[in-house]
Amino acid sequence: MWKWFHQLASPPHFYRISAILSPWLAVPGLVLIAYATWQGLFVVPMDYQQGDAFRIIYVHVPAAYLSLMAYMIMASAGAIGLIWRIKLSHAVAAAAAPIGAAFTFLALATGSIWGRPMWGTWWEWGDPRMMSELILLFLYFGYMALRSAIDDTAKADKASAVLALVGIVNVVIVHFSVEWWSSLHQGQTVFKRGTMDADMRLPLLMMIIGFTLLFGSMLLRRIRTEVLYRERRTRWVREMVLSPEGAA
Amino acid sequence: MDFFAMGGYGAYVWSCVALTFVIVLIIDWRARLRHKRIYRDIEVRLKALEDRE
Repeated sequence: MWKWFHQLASPPHFYRISAILSPWLAVPGLVLIAYATWQGLFVVPMDYQQGDAFRIIYVHVPAAYLSLMAYMIMASAGAIGLIWRIKLSHAVAAAAAPIGAAFTFLALATGSIWGRPMWGTWWEWGDPRMMSELILLFLYFGYMALRSAIDDTAKADKASAVLALVGIVNVVIVHFSVEWWSSLHQGQTVFKRGTMDADMRLPLLMMIIGFTLLFGSMLLRRIRTEVLYRERRTRWVREMVLSPEGAA
Repeated sequence: MDFFAMGGYGAYVWSCVALTFVIVLIIDWRARLRHKRIYRDIEVRLKALEDRE
C-alpha cells in the first residue's frame, strides 16, 4: 500500500495515471448529474412550502458541499507538503483552489437567487452562513493571489499552505454556523433523518456524488497541468514531449 | 410552458441551473486550455533547443 502511495507521488507516474483515471471519474459523474438533473427538475414533486423553487437545492447543495471539500483538500495537501515535503501535494493544493473558488461562487450565487423568492432578499449581511461562505471565497482569492505574487514556487507553496491551514477555522464556522447562531439559512437537512422525503433526497445524493466525481476528474486534470508546469525542465518531460507519440 | 414557468419560480430555478453548468464548463475549458498552452510552450522550447544543438 505504502509502495503504491510512494509511486503515486512520483510526478511522471502521477502524470500517466491521472490521464487514465480522469475520464473514469468524469463519465459516471456526468451520467449521474444528467439523471439526477432530470429527476430533480422533471420527476420529483414540488415542495409543499417552497413550491418549485426548492429545485434549486439540486445545484446549490452540491456546490456548497464541494466548496468546503475543495478547501479541505487544498489545506490538507498544503499541510502534507509542509510536513513531508512531498512536491506533488503542493501541486494538488494549487490545483484545488480555482475549482474550490468556482464552487464557492456558485454556492453563493445560487443561494442568493434562491433567497430572493424565499426570504425576500438577495443578501443578508448579518447572516452567519452567508458571511462565512463569502469569507471562504475571499480565502480562495487570497490563496491564489498569494501564489501568483511570489515568483519562487517553493516559497509560494509554503506561504500559501500556511494561509490555507489558517483558513480551516472558517470551514468549521461555515459548517456549524447554522447550529451555533440564528440564521436565515435552514439547518442541516440532507444527511438528517426525517427532514426530507426519500423521493427528493435520492436525486440530491446522486447529484452530490455526480458532482464529486466530476470534481475529482477536473482536479486530476488540473494537477496534471500543474505537474507538467513544475516539471517542465526535467528529463521525463523532455522525453515525453519529444517522443514521436507525445502525451498531451 | 407550465413546466418552464415552474409555478412562477422559473427565472430563479433555470438561472441557477444554467449558471451552474456554465461555470463548470468554463473552469473545465480553462483547465484544458492551460494544459495545451503549457504543453505547446515546452514543445516549442525543446524543439528550439534541439535545433540549436
